[in-house]
Amino acid sequence: MAQQTAAKEPTIEQIAEQKIYKQFGVSDSEYALICEFLGRKPNYTEIGVFSVMWSEHCAYKNSKPLLKRFPVTGPRVLMGPGEGAGIVDIGDNQAVVFKIESHNHPSAVEPYQGAATGVGGIIRDIFSMGSRPIALLNSLRFGKLESDRVKYLFEHVVSGIAGYGNCIGIPTVAGEVMFDESYEGNPLVNAMCVGLIDHDQIQRGIAKGVGNPVFYVGPATGRDGIHGATFASEDLTAESEAKRSAVQVGDPFMEKLVMEATLELIASGIVLGIQDMGAAGLTCSSAEMASKAGNGMELYLDEVPQREEGMTAYEMMLSESQERMLFVTEPQHEAQAKAIFERWGLHCAKVGKVTDDGRLRLFHKGEQVADMPVKALVDDCPIYEKPSKVPDYYVKNGSVDTNRYEQATDLNAALRKVLGSPSLASKEWVYSQYDYQVRTETAVVPGSDAAVVTIRGTRKALAMTTDCNGRYVYLDPEVGGKIAVAEAARNIVCSGGEPLAITDNLNFGSPEKPEVFWQMEKAVDGMAEACRFLETPVIGGNVSLYNENAKGAIYPTPVVGMVGLVRDIDHITTQDFKASGDIIFLLGETKAELGGSEFQYAVHGVTEGRPPELDLAVEQRLHKAVLGAIREGLVASAHDLSEGGLAAAVAESGFGRGLGAKVDFRAGLRADIALFSESQSRILLSAKPEQADRLAAYLEAEGVPVQRLGVVGGDALTIAVNGQVVVDAPLDEFRREWKEAIPCRMQ
Amino acid sequence: MKFAVLVFPGSNCDIDMYKAVEDVLQQPVDYVWHTATDLSQYDAILVPGGFSYGDYLRCGAIAQLAPVMNEVRKAAEAGKFVLGVCNGFQILTEAGLLPGALIRNKSLKFRCHPVDLKVENANTAFTNAYQTGETIRIPIAHGEGNFYCDDETLKQLQANNQIVFTYEGDNPNGSVANIAGICNERGNVVGMMPHPERAVSELLGSADGAGMFKSVLNAFASKTGAASGAAVR
Repeated sequence: MAQQTAAKEPTIEQIAEQKIYKQFGVSDSEYALICEFLGRKPNYTEIGVFSVMWSEHCAYKNSKPLLKRFPVTGPRVLMGPGEGAGIVDIGDNQAVVFKIESHNHPSAVEPYQGAATGVGGIIRDIFSMGSRPIALLNSLRFGKLESDRVKYLFEHVVSGIAGYGNCIGIPTVAGEVMFDESYEGNPLVNAMCVGLIDHDQIQRGIAKGVGNPVFYVGPATGRDGIHGATFASEDLTAESEAKRSAVQVGDPFMEKLVMEATLELIASGIVLGIQDMGAAGLTCSSAEMASKAGNGMELYLDEVPQREEGMTAYEMMLSESQERMLFVTEPQHEAQAKAIFERWGLHCAKVGKVTDDGRLRLFHKGEQVADMPVKALVDDCPIYEKPSKVPDYYVKNGSVDTNRYEQATDLNAALRKVLGSPSLASKEWVYSQYDYQVRTETAVVPGSDAAVVTIRGTRKALAMTTDCNGRYVYLDPEVGGKIAVAEAARNIVCSGGEPLAITDNLNFGSPEKPEVFWQMEKAVDGMAEACRFLETPVIGGNVSLYNENAKGAIYPTPVVGMVGLVRDIDHITTQDFKASGDIIFLLGETKAELGGSEFQYAVHGVTEGRPPELDLAVEQRLHKAVLGAIREGLVASAHDLSEGGLAAAVAESGFGRGLGAKVDFRAGLRADIALFSESQSRILLSAKPEQADRLAAYLEAEGVPVQRLGVVGGDALTIAVNGQVVVDAPLDEFRREWKEAIPCRMQ
Repeated sequence: MKFAVLVFPGSNCDIDMYKAVEDVLQQPVDYVWHTATDLSQYDAILVPGGFSYGDYLRCGAIAQLAPVMNEVRKAAEAGKFVLGVCNGFQILTEAGLLPGALIRNKSLKFRCHPVDLKVENANTAFTNAYQTGETIRIPIAHGEGNFYCDDETLKQLQANNQIVFTYEGDNPNGSVANIAGICNERGNVVGMMPHPERAVSELLGSADGAGMFKSVLNAFASKTGAASGAAVR
């Protein structure tokens, strides 16, 4: 049988003359810089290592100046950006660890494995900090749910997420899914993981102690995922399909073993530093660990467990085979570490040594095959300030009057249409494929504003959510960015939690386009402002650029993943109306704001104008009032008003327990605008009749505009505007539309 | 009464089962590793859900070869109480301790949601705290929970009153005769796809599963006549 051997590698001269480095996304000037750092021309392994370390995915070379604008500290922040994940104090020596990461490009060509390994990667980021993962979330975007291709991507992304999360036994508790032409051909798959840790168990990815051994644990390295990080840092094109081999293959069972063994190893107290092999595999983990300690590292590649024969140094360094970790311990602890892994059926191999020369040296077959300064790899990638330009569409939208549409007269039909829009419709088809209850701590399951996970042995719980409305961000990146943070916080508050911090996933098009770079700048500014104002610092995140399809860039989609602290499980609140006779209140002001709304898209078929405005002071006042009222025990249900406006919020609140409602909304607006405007800083509350007056008084004292809308109960949903009934039909009719929208399309 | 919760590589509901015993019964409980060769100190053995050995080959097929399973067989023979939930049920069928097999859901999709179960047999070690005919609400979470057996086996199950739970209303996976859980002829070994350990407090949405844990304590008490386990309901 013919043995597979690697293709002959280009020589140093060929790389230089034929500019082979360009295939790896390294520019001429970057190549010159690499030569300068090395004092010579790089060989094939070295250029490969540099190219992944200097990719956008690893070096943030196009986004770093923007990321500096985020607030990253706060009284509760124990660890900000830079490590595997950020960490926030939640009292009692406990902390919450979380991070979000994208796997957009892999999922576009190989949806099941792309999504699955996205989940696997983010879980490793959490447990490599020494933290027990307790929940998964995600944020997904697809094209219009009509074509076979979109349905295929949607179906397989969801089953990839389910396949990995279910098997490893971490509940997938929340997420969001939206559909819009803008994401055609370039879906977004962002996965978030949340973990718990005791303060004294926090680990870092650091190669401490010169002379200490470096261990590799996990399955053998294969030829999969080579150049995954580079692949993620370029546009998706027709040729992307050919790069399917850059997509890794996940094994959640293996990761479960690695996770349990790693947590056991960390608990034993012998780990000096540990990092997962994620993007850019062995290259990134070794270089970053050495860099953080100000040390160097030698790697003996013959010792690296290999799945295939004849692997080259280049292939081993660039492989993104999954479920692997790198850690450093003192020599005398080697046997103890090995015993822990062996109990879980895993091997750990000594593959290197910490050195003091600040260099990453690779040895293979008795020869030194690469020798590079660690600092150059990790810190010295050139950072680009890209040109920025206000896009024409933005200017034009400034003069679009979103109130010019002819008044919709059949609002029963309009509401059915909005509720039946896949972006707004029930996501039960999705989340019923996820095990959202394993670990038996999920107090609020998917479908409410935020999920709530309890913390055993305490009265505390964590509320968590992912949010971003790409349409708003497209129409006005700064306002849209602000709204993404504010809405996430509103969801946390509605669940009874106090917002703690965020992780962000900046999904944008190509930064080479000045209009896209402008979107990035503005969105980051908006998010940063909201984070400062609401005191929810950014503790980590991910940047995914080059999200483009044949028609151009996707909607700018900076997804916010937020975690909040519920002080006492008695404060846990859901969006569902609880009982007939309960009184319904609307908090906040409703203005004529249809720009970027679901109504505008579903009924009028456009996304245009300006998005709703946001006043952060108003938003903050609302949060304080609602959280206070919840803690006072005055609130039966709370639901954030978002896509679909007031009409959708009232309907959704009734769906959970099949409770209709009769409301009369007094507003100085046209009925269709009043019901479907997506004005921000609004929340729908319900309260027991005997507590209604107290609640209203409490909210008014807090300076929040309150309107008593009506009463929960009956089988019908009846909504009047200024006394005139405009929506009146059995709740079940609306519910069917909402519940069946996705299953019908997926049959 | 002492409980063992088995742990195979890939088990992931072991912790939930452990917590349920602690919270509902306040009885001693240990995690027992798949290589264990002695279960003599335990009165009940709980085989939890998850993806033992990654569900490779066939769900439960590799786990049934683990050393601890010989001890589980002995314990079952000795009349000790054995409960397999989800992957644990799959393991018990693969091990031959319960008849039938669990195959891929008819929908070909993993399904996670609460279901209504009808208690068909309230005389087993794990169901005596319920009434026959009672409906309880317990969540499912599985991709391969479609119980299958041939007609003859089904007749035997029916004749011996071995069907413990059936799905009420919607059959979520295509199971023969809507079967959600069965027992052996003696009623000391029960396997089921729904997760009672996930339904032991109102905070989790239902406390209906707690009855299964109380039942086995009752069964133990009546078996041993021990004062420690006064019948609970």
